[in-house]
Order: sequence, then C-alpha cells, then structure tokens
Amino acid sequence: MAKTAVQPINESRPGKVVSVTLTTILLAALALLLWWMQSAISDVYILKITRLCAINITLALAMNLINGFTGIFSLGHAGFMAVGAYTTALLTIPAKSKEMMFMIAPLIKPLDTLTLPFPVALAAGGLLSALFAYLIGMPCLRLRGDYLAIATLGFSEIIRVLIMNAQRLTNGAMGLRSIPANATMAWTYGVALITIAFMALLTSSSYGRALKAIREDEIAAESMGVSLFSHKMMSFMISAFFAGVGGGLLAAYNGTIGQDMFRVSMTYNILMIVVMGGMGSISGSVISAFVVTIGQEWLRFLDGPLTIGSIHTDGVVGLRMVVFAALLLIIIVFFRNGLFGTNEATWSGLWRSIGRMSGHKKRGEAA
Amino acid sequence: MKLEIKDLRVSYGGIRALKGVNLTVDEGSIVTLIGANGAGKSTTLRAISGLLKPDAGQITYNGESIAGFPAKEIVKRGVVMVPEGRRVFPDMTVRENLLIGAYLRSDRAGIDQDLKYVMELFPRLSERTWQLAGTLSGGEQQMLAVGRALMAKPKLLMMDEPSLGLAPLVVKDIFSIIRRVNQDGITVLLIEQNANASLRVADYGYVLETGSIVLEGQGRALLENHSIQEAYLGHRKSAIPASGKASSEETSGKHGRKYEVSMNSD
Ligand SMILES: Nc1ncnc2c1ncn2[C@@H]1O[C@H](COP(=O)(O)OP(=O)(O)OP(=O)(O)O)[C@@H](O)[C@H]1O
Ligand SMILES: [Mg+2]
Repeated sequence: MAKTAVQPINESRPGKVVSVTLTTILLAALALLLWWMQSAISDVYILKITRLCAINITLALAMNLINGFTGIFSLGHAGFMAVGAYTTALLTIPAKSKEMMFMIAPLIKPLDTLTLPFPVALAAGGLLSALFAYLIGMPCLRLRGDYLAIATLGFSEIIRVLIMNAQRLTNGAMGLRSIPANATMAWTYGVALITIAFMALLTSSSYGRALKAIREDEIAAESMGVSLFSHKMMSFMISAFFAGVGGGLLAAYNGTIGQDMFRVSMTYNILMIVVMGGMGSISGSVISAFVVTIGQEWLRFLDGPLTIGSIHTDGVVGLRMVVFAALLLIIIVFFRNGLFGTNEATWSGLWRSIGRMSGHKKRGEAA
Repeated sequence: MKLEIKDLRVSYGGIRALKGVNLTVDEGSIVTLIGANGAGKSTTLRAISGLLKPDAGQITYNGESIAGFPAKEIVKRGVVMVPEGRRVFPDMTVRENLLIGAYLRSDRAGIDQDLKYVMELFPRLSERTWQLAGTLSGGEQQMLAVGRALMAKPKLLMMDEPSLGLAPLVVKDIFSIIRRVNQDGITVLLIEQNANASLRVADYGYVLETGSIVLEGQGRALLENHSIQEAYLGHRKSAIPASGKASSEETSGKHGRKYEVSMNSD
C-alpha cells in the first residue's frame, strides 16, 4: 500500500498563525507610520501623494480582479471610476455649492438638496457603478479577448460622453467643484485595507478558485460545473464596485472633477500598476501602486525645463507620460509577468529568500 | 441510472457534426465510443455534458431529459466529463485543480474522503499537491484531469481520449484506473482512438462514422469484427481469423451500411 499524505480541505498551512501575527504587526506598524507622518511631515505634497498611493491600491485591485484573476481583458475601468466619482461628489457637495455651481441649468430634484455622509456616498457610488457593470456586462461579457476589450473601452467612452451631456445631472463640461475633502489618510488607507482583505478572502475562497479556473481554461472550468457567464458577471460587478469606490475617493481627493479626467488614459494608468505588479497578484498590485504612483510624481521633472549634456529644452509637456508609456512597454515585453506574476508575497517566501541570501554569504565567506 | 441518447443531432454553425446518434449506457457498465478523427465523438460528449446545445434528439439520464441543460446542472446530476486534451488549469496547484472538481459540492467530509480516494488512485499526484499543474508531465496531467473529474463525485464518468499522446506504460495505467473506477461503482463512457485497448475493457461499444453510429456490439465481439479490425485495429484483410464469423452475429450494422468480410485480398 502506498502511503499517501493527504491534506484535508481546511488544514492550516504551515506557519499560518505566525504569518497572521506578522501581518498584524506589519499593519499596526503601517498605521503608526501613517499617523506619525501626518503629524511630523508638514509637506502637504508628500502627504497627498501618500494618500494617492492608497487610492491607487483600491483601483488597481479592482482592475486586477477582472483582468488578472478572471482573465477578462476589460478596459472599462475609467467609466466605472467616473460613475463612482460623480455619485460621491453629487451626494457630498453641500446644497449651497451645488446651487452656485449649476449655472447653465439647475441640478435635478432630489439631488440638489440631498447630502449624505461620505461613506454612504462612497458605497452608493460603488453600487451604481456595479449596476452599470451589469448593464455593460450583458452584451460585453459574451464577447472574447480583443472584442471584449474594445467593447468595454467603447462603453467607458459612452459613459464619459453621457456625463458631458447630462447637464442637469453632472454640470456637463464644467464639471463639479467644492467636493468636500473627505479623502483623509484614514479613509484612503481604510478603504485600501478593506479592499485588500476582501480580495484576499475572495481569491482564496472556492469562488475565487473558480474565477481563476475560468482564466486558465474556460472549457475545463465549464465542464467541472462552473457557469461561465454568471461568474464573469459577478467578477465584473465586484470589480466595478471597487473601481467606483476608488473613483469616489479620487473625487474627494481632488476636490474637483470633470469628464476629461476619465479618459482611456486613466484606465491605462491603472492597468500599468496591475501589469507591473503582476496580473493576478494582490501583493504585486499593492507594491506596484506605491512604485508607480511615487514614480509618476518623481518623473514630473521631465515635463519641466531639462538640460541633458548640451541639449536643453524649455519643458515638453507630456514627456513624462511618454517615458511612462515606454516603461510600460518595456515591462510588458521583458517582464511579462510583472513583479510577482500570479504569486503573492508571503512571509514564508520572504523567510526562504532571506535563508538563501544568508546561505550565499556563508559560502562567500568560506571561499 | 441509465443514459439514453436518441437521434441526437448537433451542428456547428450549419455544418452538421452529428446526424442522429443513438446510444445507451447502462448503469455500472463501461461503454466505449470509437471512430476516426472528425467522426463526432467529442461532439457527442460535449452535447451530453451541456457544453453544446443539440439541434434535435433526446438525452435522458435516470429518466430525466437533460438535453439543453447548462453544464452545471448536468455535473450536479453526476454526469461528468474529462475533456479532450487534459485541459488542467496550468497556473493552479494540483490541489486547487482537484478542488475545482468539487466546486458544486458542499459536503466537506465527502470532499476530503474523495481527495483521499484520488490520491490513493494516483500516488504520483499525492507527492505533488503543491506543484503547478502546468509543470506536470503529460501522463500526470491526464491523471489529474481524471482525478479532477472524480472529485465531482460522478455516477457517469465520460472520458475523451484519455490515452492520447501517452507512452504505452502510462496508457496501461490509465486503462487499469478505468477498470478500477468502474469496479468502484462508476459507469464509464469512454471515447478512444485506441480501439484495441478500449474494446478490451468495454462491455459494449459503438462505432461512430461521420456523425452516425454505424456499428455496435459487445466489446469482445467488436474486437473480432473484421471491418473494425481493418479500419481501427490495423489488421490486414488477409490476416482475419476465422473466429470473426461467430461474433458478427452479435454486432449489427446500422443505417444500411454493410459490414461483411470482403473476399478480395490484396
Ligand atoms: N467548434 C467547432 N466548430 C466547427 N466545427 C467543429 C467544431 N468542433 C468540431 N467540429 C467539426 O465537427 C466534426 C466532429 O468533430 P469532433 O471533434 O466531434 O470529432 P472527434 O470524433 O472527436 O475527432 P478526434 O478523434 O479527432 O478528436 C468535425 O468535422 C469537426 O471539424
Ligand atoms: Mg475528439
């Protein structure tokens, strides 16, 4: 008889307790760091970028769910963000400001005086965004590959055009101002943390496993009883929900929004974070959100006057994005799987690589 | 728990792939469906498992008409397919692959038990639970594909060419697994190009040719049928043993086709 080692379904993987403890410590340290930064760092700019990192984590994880974990190449993210952003803005701007802002035509009825608490407005933005995803998903999710990408991109643009023309709802081309600055350190990181926890739980659940199965092989997944359309739809709607919430945070972060914020380039920005971190890796997206957000700010000097050797320019606006696009290309060509591929950063993985490094050192010393 | 198919017709965008297939799979038996490339074997399985909607015809399982049901409903009823070409989930671990098989089940204890069963059937998988399925050898992947389907707790297991592209020794393993699984109470519908091996293990066999069943009979009898030997077993006409005659009574040609020993030898 062959001896077989069988792990039961709900076995605790080696060192689970240790890793939960370490994660808790890490999170506590992060919270302390953020709290300290807020009081110790007086540079508003740095604090702003720090908050933007958190918003981008939420946005990237939203996109990673559908593009990375479910393997559906959707490019409709900016549209969902727009829905969330406008909803949150309209539900939090004080009635007085709304009245002043809507000059061409007044805001439609209940919204003109309605203001809700920020979290309620955020959730409403997420839900409305998920509803849009349902409507867009109905036709789009029956398509495949490139067709789906183009169709979702088209719908995202349609949302933008609708926003531009729904004067009495969105203030049209003039956009919205005076959005209360609710995107505090606590809210941005709180939401990012909730998103991380939600995605981690979802992707390790059997439902998440089914999504990955769809990504890997639709026919095999279907023959094991995974119904393709309903799973894709659920993933698409959850993704849109978090994109909407992220959009709402972005509105509160910016203070003003306009339809031109939500062009396709917004989708590409988030896509870049996801690709760089690794499609299908939560920790990859989180780390990449920091790297890309900070990197994008740091590269701002490219838009200003430059002197490289004897060449001098008076500032080419948009050079930063050119460099960024080139970086994205390089990543896609040479590091197809991003930083993490579909893997996650784990404590045991870290432990192993530390072990390997110290192993090298010892061998080095012996030589 | 009988699967009965009557006059099953399936087409792909106007091109008819099945032109009225009739077959029956009795509970507890091993039934094989053989035929050349493009005969419509995979199409038959896809239609049964709900991946394709038939144009016409009946598929009844356990007295219930399941034709046109979504795949999920069919898996729920215990009719599970091992698709052609293994199709394991490459970037997921062996364990995750197996658990996807049990996706529609919620009986944790039962799942644990079946995981044990699969590991015992395929000891090589038990050594590799955390390995990515894409890095398994072809044979191991086939075992995983079978194991994954077993995790769905099938009553009727349908396998689409499980021996394709495998070394003879591994093929032997696969066929002994088929026997073993059948002894454990699972009915098997087996599609094969390897007519020899599959007719040996099968209780009953059907021969499919361009969308219709042209011949059926007891596994042994088909094995000794001359036209089968010519077409699928690679025997030359002159090498037909005399015993073929007796068995031809047990086999029956369909759709007006004649399967007789032709006299002209080359
Ligand atoms: N998706 C498809 N679209 C169009 N035609 C198809 C499709 N799948 C199969 N066919 C056609 O249907 C016929 C039957 O194909 P099927 O795959 O069922 O054959 P098969 O008996 O399984 O062959 P093989 O032994 O090569 O796997 C073939 O003529 C094939 O070209
Ligand atoms: Mg086939």
